[in-house]
Amino acid sequence: MSKTERDQLLTLPKKKFNFLNLIWLIIFIGGIFVSTDVTKTSLGAFFANFSQFTDIFVQMMHPDWSYLGTVVPLLLETIKMAILGTVIGSVVAFIYALLIARNIVKNQAVTGVLRIMMNIIRTVPDLLLGAIFVAIVGIGPVAGVLALAIATFGIVVKLFYEAIETIDPGPIEALTAVGANKLQIIVFAVLPQVMTYFISYCLYAFEINVRASTVLGYIGAGGIGLYLQQTLQVFDYGKTGTIIIVIIVVVVLIDYVSSKSREALME
Amino acid sequence: MDTTMKKLPPKPVETKKRLLHWAVAVITAALIVWSCTGIDFGGIKETAGQIAGAIFGGIFHPDWSYVYNGTGEDLVSQLWETVCIAFLGTFISAIISLPFAFWAAHTKHKKWYVSRTGKIVLAIIRSFPEIVLALMFIKAVGPGSAAGVLALGFHSVGMLAKLFSEAIENLEDGPNEAVTAVGGSKTNIVMFSTLPNLLPALISNTLYRFDVSIRSASILGLVGAGGIGYPLIIALQYRQWNRVGIILLGIILMVIVIDGISGWIRKKLV
Repeated sequence: MSKTERDQLLTLPKKKFNFLNLIWLIIFIGGIFVSTDVTKTSLGAFFANFSQFTDIFVQMMHPDWSYLGTVVPLLLETIKMAILGTVIGSVVAFIYALLIARNIVKNQAVTGVLRIMMNIIRTVPDLLLGAIFVAIVGIGPVAGVLALAIATFGIVVKLFYEAIETIDPGPIEALTAVGANKLQIIVFAVLPQVMTYFISYCLYAFEINVRASTVLGYIGAGGIGLYLQQTLQVFDYGKTGTIIIVIIVVVVLIDYVSSKSREALME
Repeated sequence: MDTTMKKLPPKPVETKKRLLHWAVAVITAALIVWSCTGIDFGGIKETAGQIAGAIFGGIFHPDWSYVYNGTGEDLVSQLWETVCIAFLGTFISAIISLPFAFWAAHTKHKKWYVSRTGKIVLAIIRSFPEIVLALMFIKAVGPGSAAGVLALGFHSVGMLAKLFSEAIENLEDGPNEAVTAVGGSKTNIVMFSTLPNLLPALISNTLYRFDVSIRSASILGLVGAGGIGYPLIIALQYRQWNRVGIILLGIILMVIVIDGISGWIRKKLV
């Protein structure tokens, strides 16, 4: 083997240079510079004040356990809000999903309009909904329940109508052939195939709602979030720490139970 | 016709399963009833319908003068700030997430407890409320969008590192073994087989998180961490429904556009 041949074997073949990747990279780096400028984020300022940040953290790590008696009833209210919001939102989503599934409602205009409405509702974050409902129904858990119900609706309806559209069309055809009406088709052909999915999606929405409901109180929509705001405002970080630890424990616990039951459902 | 034909045969009964189903149904019903008890539904304001009407009226007659007026306090500049908060926050969290992801991926460790502890740490980060994090950063760097960026950057690690670690767990061993077989070192393995195979999943997950962050960035302003949430809560407090309407329209439009763009890029990637 001559020397040049050997060199050729040792080096890898050249890759084609991709201009599109270069453009993406430029856009990306430009984006970082622009967004750093717009948001005025400077790591220097962050590290200069880092002691303050860790100070809050350290104080939170020394929770005030005597506060637990005040926290638990509020936590129960928070869980109640999450349950009610999930139930109301899921019931509405159940009916709505049947109306926008193209294998049940054949009218494209109806499903189209209803879908656009659904997609718009899905884009509004739950805390914003909370802020709006506080303006409408006043400060209190009702605003939180309504906000959670709409957020649940957005989560469940999309997953559920997709599940309905992927069912086996056989049973529907069989029932149509023996002359069943729409309601009978839904009850005997569609629901048996999708009920487990529906329950699983409701549980999933419930997990998300428990997280969301813990902070809704911050804007006045009931539950434990209100005390989060109060303790933070008076710099009582020991109490804040208690609240956060309780929230984390409950969230992790509910996530665990709900994901286990979802697994059991899907067996 | 014989009447017996009309009746369906009885379903096979599994007593144990049926009992379990009834038990679950009763517990669920009891929970729902319990949750109705403590919540005071009587306190709804009489003006509720009027205000709801006013907000809807505001959405249909938005305050167009607020869209752009060059002061930096208008809708377009606030939305732009929101996008920037989400962008920078996602970028920071993507960088922090990588080491966490390798920690939590069980295929990278021989000992089970290493990846298990990593997963627990990520779960705790995920359940730490975003707003509280934002408030802590406001205490550290002052109110404004920088606090929002940092809060998002740290909070997103919980979810992003989980997605990354799942991507790492799904990697095939083949390319790594091939690099080892031709005498590659540990760094060579990471550089030439792990990272190139991982990159599409990383970018796709980061883009997905960017979608979520846009929504988060639009609410962080409610507590004073920059972005569109702040003018919204002010407008709600001063009952300027036209302005509430235009801000909501702006948020909805922004979320739809960003979802569309990132969905398009993700489709191209796969």
